[in-house]
Amino acid sequence: MDSAEVSTAVNEPLDLVKLSLSERVFIKLRGDRTVQGVLHAYDAHMNLILSDVEETITLVDVGDDGAVSNVRSVARNMEMLFVRGDAVIMVRPLLLYLCISNIMTKISSCFAQISPIR
Amino acid sequence: MGTLKSVDQFLNIRLDNIKVSDPDRFPHMMAIKNCFIRGSVVRYVQMPTGAVDTQLLEDATRREAKDNKK
Repeated sequence: MDSAEVSTAVNEPLDLVKLSLSERVFIKLRGDRTVQGVLHAYDAHMNLILSDVEETITLVDVGDDGAVSNVRSVARNMEMLFVRGDAVIMVRPLLLYLCISNIMTKISSCFAQISPIR
Repeated sequence: MGTLKSVDQFLNIRLDNIKVSDPDRFPHMMAIKNCFIRGSVVRYVQMPTGAVDTQLLEDATRREAKDNKK
């Protein structure tokens, strides 16, 4: 296979993360936390290094009767952050064009299949 | 917050000359100068941007991703 093709195709889940290197990503973490930042590194454990990070913690106040009385979120910014992989639940690219480029690849391959018939 | 002295294979961390970022929440930590943190309880490590070569990290990550596939 062509090497350029290999580098942009998503063949396994981690390829999507690889394509997000140096792009902004949204990450859901254990403990009702989310972070957004520019992804610089990851490994097989999903340890991550992000820069220009905003962390949002969702706090839920529960009354004496157990009913949820208030939901708040607290945000803070960090310039460079290592995130330990065991807390990571989800990694999502924030930029739409990654998804679009994927769709475009699919569309173009459909056309490639159709065109010989015509 | 402190100066990173060493990290091992489990990401256990040794810190020297530590300061408590939030003394209101952790007053009992104020007396401590050096510490050892078990890697498994770490959530984040914050570091100064200037100390990190992001291009090097991205290249190394791509190389590692490629090597793992083989």
